[in-house]
Amino acid sequence: MKNKFVKWLSLPYAFWSIAFVIIPLLMVFYFGLTDKSGKFTLSNIMSISLPVHFKSLLIALLLSLISTVICLLLSYPLAMILSSMNSSGNSKLMILIFVLPMWMNFLLRTLAWQTLLENEGVINTILRAVHLPALKIINTPYAIVFGMIYNFLPFMVLPIYNVLCKIDKNLLNAARDLGANEVQTFMKVTLPLSVPGIISGITMVFVPALTTFVISDLLGGSKILLIGNVIEQEFTLNSNWNLGSGLSIVLMLFIVISMIITAIFDKDGEGSAL
Amino acid sequence: MANVLKKIYIALIFIFLYAPMAVLIVLSFNASKSRSKWGGFTLKWYGKLLSDSSIMEALFTTLALALLSALISTFIGTIAALAITGMKKSTRTLMMGITNIPMLNAEIVTGISLMLLFIFFNVKFGFTTILLAHITFNIPYVILSVLPRIKQLNPSAYEAAMDLGASPFKAFFKVVFPDILPGVFSGLLMAFTMSIDDFIITHFTKGAGVDTLSTKIYSQVRKGIDPKMYALSSVIFVTVLILLILVNILPNSGKKVKEKK
Amino acid sequence: MFKNIDISKVFKGGKEKELKKVFLFGLLATLTLLPVFGCGKAYKNGEVYVYNWGEYIDPDVIEMFEKDTQIKVIYDEYETNEMMYPKVEAGAVMYDVVCPSDYMIKKMIDNDMLAEINWDNIPNSKNIGAQYYETSKEFDPENKYSVPYCWGTVGILYNKSMVDEPITKWAQLWDPKYKNQILMQNSVRDAFMVALKLNGFSMNTTNIDELQIAKQSLLEQKPLVQAYVVDQVRDKMIGNEAAIGVIYSGEAIYTQRENEDLVYVIPEEGTNVWIDSWVILKNAKNKENAEKFIDYMCKPEIALMNFDFITYSTPNDAARELIEDEDIRNSEIAFPDLTQYDNLETFIYLGEDGDELYNSLWKEVKSE
Repeated sequence: MKNKFVKWLSLPYAFWSIAFVIIPLLMVFYFGLTDKSGKFTLSNIMSISLPVHFKSLLIALLLSLISTVICLLLSYPLAMILSSMNSSGNSKLMILIFVLPMWMNFLLRTLAWQTLLENEGVINTILRAVHLPALKIINTPYAIVFGMIYNFLPFMVLPIYNVLCKIDKNLLNAARDLGANEVQTFMKVTLPLSVPGIISGITMVFVPALTTFVISDLLGGSKILLIGNVIEQEFTLNSNWNLGSGLSIVLMLFIVISMIITAIFDKDGEGSAL
Repeated sequence: MANVLKKIYIALIFIFLYAPMAVLIVLSFNASKSRSKWGGFTLKWYGKLLSDSSIMEALFTTLALALLSALISTFIGTIAALAITGMKKSTRTLMMGITNIPMLNAEIVTGISLMLLFIFFNVKFGFTTILLAHITFNIPYVILSVLPRIKQLNPSAYEAAMDLGASPFKAFFKVVFPDILPGVFSGLLMAFTMSIDDFIITHFTKGAGVDTLSTKIYSQVRKGIDPKMYALSSVIFVTVLILLILVNILPNSGKKVKEKK
Repeated sequence: MFKNIDISKVFKGGKEKELKKVFLFGLLATLTLLPVFGCGKAYKNGEVYVYNWGEYIDPDVIEMFEKDTQIKVIYDEYETNEMMYPKVEAGAVMYDVVCPSDYMIKKMIDNDMLAEINWDNIPNSKNIGAQYYETSKEFDPENKYSVPYCWGTVGILYNKSMVDEPITKWAQLWDPKYKNQILMQNSVRDAFMVALKLNGFSMNTTNIDELQIAKQSLLEQKPLVQAYVVDQVRDKMIGNEAAIGVIYSGEAIYTQRENEDLVYVIPEEGTNVWIDSWVILKNAKNKENAEKFIDYMCKPEIALMNFDFITYSTPNDAARELIEDEDIRNSEIAFPDLTQYDNLETFIYLGEDGDELYNSLWKEVKSE
């Protein structure tokens, strides 16, 4: 598809990006690299080395990494099952059914999880009624991971499902004809072919998970400070846009680095993430 | 056996995703305003919902925003994804970097920087500003869903179509587009979903008197969520679900008719 | 009304082409219906832009005001002072009337964002009790900019079935036997207020030694705290999720109605008395209408309607006289006699440096 036709196709997006992405980004850099009086400084960016900030970044990285991995492990089999139903024509519907809960307000859904997970919540009431030990998950890091998985799971399922649907069934049959067993077929054919979808999924789960703050507030009881919380606080509570922007720049760097790491696994070298 | 396991797996994830919905529906019948106390069964929130014009307005704004921004961003994003695949590697890397920026930024950073942008260019805050903001954060999701499909395309099919005398346009719509359609569709779906859910960016880019359901719900947090919101969520949820289930039956019966022919 | 999300047709016969049609149809349906809601009646006396807390006014009051004065109200809501400030400061929308809290009013005065009120245009302001103007002087020294709207205290809400002694002071929030039973406020000034009062300091201090002591107290308390919450105290206390919570007095009447075991106390060490007041922005385009709006809010019967709706204490003495329920009119929770308590204070704005100091200490507490 490399022809002139394609070149002007990029124009609307290029224009849009400059207006609504690049210019705002430059503003973020301007704030991040100046102090309140407008003088150039690196102190906002360097402040990531403060123990408080550094620790919140590490915890956020850890929690979002765990969530991304679990999302991937949950989504892949799901996407495989759904794509195998493709021929029956129901899988599109199933996909919609999996996305439907996301159309209800995020805050309402998270509050509903609070009602479910609390010490005196619905799940524990049921557990107690059948004499099972109560679940102590609310206000812990586990609850944060739980909330992240819940909220971002569809963003992992959809892209993987999409690539799996496109895989030519003849390839799988050929592999089997050549004597590969189920596992070998999966490892040698299905998995490598689904890498672009996996990478898209990882990007769409990891990035929002890393910057979230509402989930840690509502399910984590605010006892753990994530980098997203710090940035949000600097912008809203402290009105310190400079420090907030500086930390965002650092966060962007970290995400870019993790995307490069992901892209290395992208064997096509196409780097859907970067 | 494997089939049973598959069904159990799907069912478990289904329960996981739908448990909060069940809570919202139960809460919509709760006479008490508090989410942690059952105050008896009532239908009053549903009755009050219909007469609450501000919620209805917010609902329409939300849907209009989600539809418009999803459609426009799907259009721009799909075209962009096609263009990106056709680029040299260096340009492609640059474009993908730019694509990821709206996702990389914490929402509040995107929100405030867009607000400053609109102020700088003296744009009147209102529906349009929110729409522009939503399209901006939706496009990356579309690109990221379409791109994997394009990568799987067989480029020779498109060229073959052209060789057979099809115009680039026709070749595209007859050969390429049907193949990437599932990706386009899930991009659209994601964009729609993201737009419906967004709060922070909407807060900073909205004008006075324009509300979405999200901004309304967040502003209620201090005084407690208005149970009418639970009622509204339940109505939307059940309506869409019923429609989906109905449609689930219809195509199957349609197929049977076809087969008979 | 749900036609516009009718995605069903997309899948009819499995034809994806239908997708476009359905979305276009939905779009058209939405766009044609939207203006129906958009255009209102014509008002001959112009308009007023009001920016208030969420659910902080009886919706009927707005309609009555529009009808009585023929001024259209463009009403907008925010979640916290801090979410409101950047929008107002940037001038994204030209609001006329805003309802910030005490310390935020001081900040807006300091940054020259408020217009002086012409008291002649607000005759009903006489209904507001004198003591509230007195308290207002802490942030608005000459009573030039603000008209009190709601007020209250911050105190302890406890569940008497879950504790074996009455809770009377902040110090009990440091008692190890209540481990995992305590809900602390998740906002920097409120959390430090508790710790500073515990140690006998002013809650407006900027003395670094006092603040370090308060920070140490908060760190000691952290293992005992179940969660740091803002608005969730209400529901968690009603659901017996915790034994003790720090809460705004305005919520106390409501939570007690839902759960009889809950008791609200103003701690012995003293606490925060807060006021949310109407102010007019300097760049207001409809200043006269703004004053009419504020005056309307000060009418006794209107203030009573708002009190019934919000349940936060009203500073409007004339409205309080109109409350029929004697228990509420004389309620110690809704209308405590402030002269009975020591060490009551109101938050004042500490300047950027002060805010920064508090915030960095709070981050240290939270990240531990």
